Amino acid sequence: MEFITPIVLVGVIGLLAGVILAVASIVMAVPKDEKAEALEEILPGANCGACGYSGCPGYAAAMSKGEAQPGLCSPGGPAVAKKCAEILGGGDVEMEIKCALVRCMGSYDNTADKMEYDGLEGCNAAVLLAGGSSSCLSGCMGLGDCVRACEYGAVEVCNGVAKIDPALCKACGKCVSACPKGLITLAPVKKQAVVRCHNCDKGKAVMDVCKVGCISCTKCVKTCPEGAIAMENGCAAVDPKKCTGCGQCVESCPRHVITLLDV
Amino acid sequence: MDAQSVKTLVAIFLAAILTENYVLNKFLGICPFLGVSKKLDTAFGMSCAVTVVMVIATAVTWPLYTYLLVPNGLEYLQTIVFILVIAALVQLLETVLRKYMPPLYSALGIYLPLITTNCAVLGVTMLVLEKGAADPSFGFVQSLVNAFGSGVGFLVAMLLFAGVRERLEDCDIPETFRGLPITLVAASLVAVSFLGFNGLVDRLM
Repeated sequence: MEFITPIVLVGVIGLLAGVILAVASIVMAVPKDEKAEALEEILPGANCGACGYSGCPGYAAAMSKGEAQPGLCSPGGPAVAKKCAEILGGGDVEMEIKCALVRCMGSYDNTADKMEYDGLEGCNAAVLLAGGSSSCLSGCMGLGDCVRACEYGAVEVCNGVAKIDPALCKACGKCVSACPKGLITLAPVKKQAVVRCHNCDKGKAVMDVCKVGCISCTKCVKTCPEGAIAMENGCAAVDPKKCTGCGQCVESCPRHVITLLDV
Repeated sequence: MDAQSVKTLVAIFLAAILTENYVLNKFLGICPFLGVSKKLDTAFGMSCAVTVVMVIATAVTWPLYTYLLVPNGLEYLQTIVFILVIAALVQLLETVLRKYMPPLYSALGIYLPLITTNCAVLGVTMLVLEKGAADPSFGFVQSLVNAFGSGVGFLVAMLLFAGVRERLEDCDIPETFRGLPITLVAASLVAVSFLGFNGLVDRLM
């Protein structure tokens, strides 16, 4: 009968532990936020952080507390924003669809590298060495940190310049923060003119390194009938709110660095 | 408490960290050592959680063994009973933390389930009993100090190794060695360096 004691002992210890755990889980239950859970269900679950919160659970919790508005989730798009608004009971939400835009046209045809870079892989490493391998200090080096940052496979490097596939881009903004040159921005998806250059240098300096860089001649500023273009830090910039996409600036640009974004 | 026993406790504490380091000398708890040591901050969080669990587990298993298992002649049950108790304890700790200390829960919470079946925790609670059997003066307080020291030793090993790994990230490693192989090589070198502490604590005693 000596096997009774161990069986009873282990059984009792196990039972006791189980009872304690069960009681503890009831007594110390944390009230769950059902609204937040429902919101989290709807969100894409990519945890990209485009909304500015720590992943989808963080954004869902902030929305249910009323700290955040629906419609900040760009990967989810208008559909998710609408569903979130329904749960929150706040009516319709206007949501601007955006897409990443590379503000550089410095392909191998238009500009050259000033050196052969053979260090650690990646733009953020290369930029530490004399500002990077491209001869234009603001230009794309084509080393692909944005490609690695993108979780949707929407970025590729073509002929030395990063290129976004608008069909795949969810506007999460990961490439924007990955680019050490600050070349990539999120632009609203609509018919509009975009300046595909980010060089703030004077005209001569730009001409020396790139065939297409903005030389701040301000022709586009004068041409635009809507007054949508302004010079920002020595580089033309289009205000998407004012731009109608008429295309006059595209024709006027002597450097052919303004293109029409077609939707 | 006289000076001699304080000295003994300090010696036990140092021995647990340096000469009897659970990761680098006994090779227990290798899974979190390799898995969670990629970054300094996660390594720190994990080690703190392990330390807390080691101390609490020892505080529960030591009396359980001494006053329940030994009088009934059931020492052979220690493994299964300890696993049971530690697993329940970690779950309980998780519930308590979630309720009363949400910041601590968000810092340590994700590591707690990993610790449930950690062999370093089980090792601390079981090997300390061998010491108690060999030396009757090695009682409850000594066991707790040993558990705390073991946790700190785990922390030291994790932090040292996380530092080593962060440096490895920037190294040009031959392709065949990349990933786990170079990590294991580095781990063995860190372990070898801890051999240098051998005999240090014997002099303190």
